[in-house]
Amino acid sequence: MALRKPPLRERHAERGAKFTEFGGWDMPVEFDSIREEHTAVREAAGIFDVSHMGEIEVAGPDATALMQRLTTNDVTALSPGDSQYAAITDAEGAIIDDTVVYRLPTDDASYLFVPNAGHDEEIHDWWIDHRDEWDLDATVRNATDEYAMFAVQGPDAPDLVAEQTDAPIRNLSKFEAQYADVAGVDCWTARTGYTGEDGYELLVPTSEAETVWDAVDCQPCGLGARDTLRIEMGYLLSGQDFDHESNPRTPYEAGIGFTVKLDTEFLGRDALEAAHAEGVAEKFVGLTLLDRGVPRTGYDVTDEDGHVVGTVTSGTMSPTLNEPIALGYLPADHADPGTRVRVVVRGQQKRAKVVTPPFLEDY
Amino acid sequence: MFDVPDDTHYLDSHEWARRDDGTVRVGISDFAQDELGDVVFVELPGVGDDVSAGETFGVVESIKAVSDLYAPVSGEVTAVNDDLFDQPELVNDDPYGDGWMLEVALADESELDDLLSAEAYRDQIE
Repeated sequence: MALRKPPLRERHAERGAKFTEFGGWDMPVEFDSIREEHTAVREAAGIFDVSHMGEIEVAGPDATALMQRLTTNDVTALSPGDSQYAAITDAEGAIIDDTVVYRLPTDDASYLFVPNAGHDEEIHDWWIDHRDEWDLDATVRNATDEYAMFAVQGPDAPDLVAEQTDAPIRNLSKFEAQYADVAGVDCWTARTGYTGEDGYELLVPTSEAETVWDAVDCQPCGLGARDTLRIEMGYLLSGQDFDHESNPRTPYEAGIGFTVKLDTEFLGRDALEAAHAEGVAEKFVGLTLLDRGVPRTGYDVTDEDGHVVGTVTSGTMSPTLNEPIALGYLPADHADPGTRVRVVVRGQQKRAKVVTPPFLEDY
Repeated sequence: MFDVPDDTHYLDSHEWARRDDGTVRVGISDFAQDELGDVVFVELPGVGDDVSAGETFGVVESIKAVSDLYAPVSGEVTAVNDDLFDQPELVNDDPYGDGWMLEVALADESELDDLLSAEAYRDQIE
């Protein structure tokens, strides 16, 4: 199957970007150097093309009911312009995807939410099928191809975006959003992101993508830096830290139990209520290596006697700390911070200890 | 374009070998360091270990990838670039200079003839 291309694919290629396949998309992984891009975001600002993220719009009289029943968080808590992080679970409470749900500033309650790369069609069908099964009156539209999405992240990001608009976007709190004219283009401008830094995510009409990309003058960043930044924060990567097929996890196991509102009715609620009462057998933890080496996805984690107890789901050399860090699942009795374990790096057991993400202080 | 010094021999897996009196210095090419991106870790054999032409002798890791290192020639390791353990970025900054990896006492002179010339390697990476 042909890879889907973000609107500025050729533009990025001319700039010298390297590309990688991600979720069926041909995406820039690195423009200059992952370390350089990572540091720019931590210390100044960077702009990411994340047009591979999906966009699904839900409207109509039962839009709220449909969103409420298919996401774990409480959408009725959202005022127009608010957003929330949520999980999408199956009847067993396993995460199908994680997402940000925006309530749009329309007269009737309507929503826009952002599934992960390559999930837009599956999630769109999931919504349609359940809408029909439950006989709800709502329109569900997969608008992924209509939007480019850019994330401007870092301590200087608010200044850079605010320079391009007269709208009071500085007044937005974290997880608030509004339509704003940015560089002459009407963008859905949200104070959200996935790097741990302040900044905005901009949903831009595809035809105007280049105008907005060019207007925000900072380091272009690829998915490589996005990955190291989110690992430092302990944020989940869909398809890697959880995967509905190969690594099904409940939100409690994956460390996002805060997105589950058991006092709402949603698919998987009963299973998650039981899981909450029983407690989890495995927990999502951070690991720092005490020996030299780089932990990678799929590496075994053992106890101090060498018995395999878990797996690394994401790992890297932290560009900020210059230390090897990892995320993964461990049995609950090995998950307390400070617990000593080993990560098996090419047959060698490297000493490691359990920590609670984020790996950085003051975040 | 990528730097491919003329006085150096190459493997198609992007290691280089340069004769220096009785020993051969080994590293990875400018093309290889660029492909890898930021090098963050290098695992090398110890002085006194033997390496064999075409066999792996270590590993170089960048932020995004792990790559085996292949020996261009056979022989005993006479020196290892210890600076790389604390400054792996030297591989990116100066792949043919301060970013060298090993020195090997050459066991068989003819092995150098089996490697790619600079010209042949240039053709390969273009």
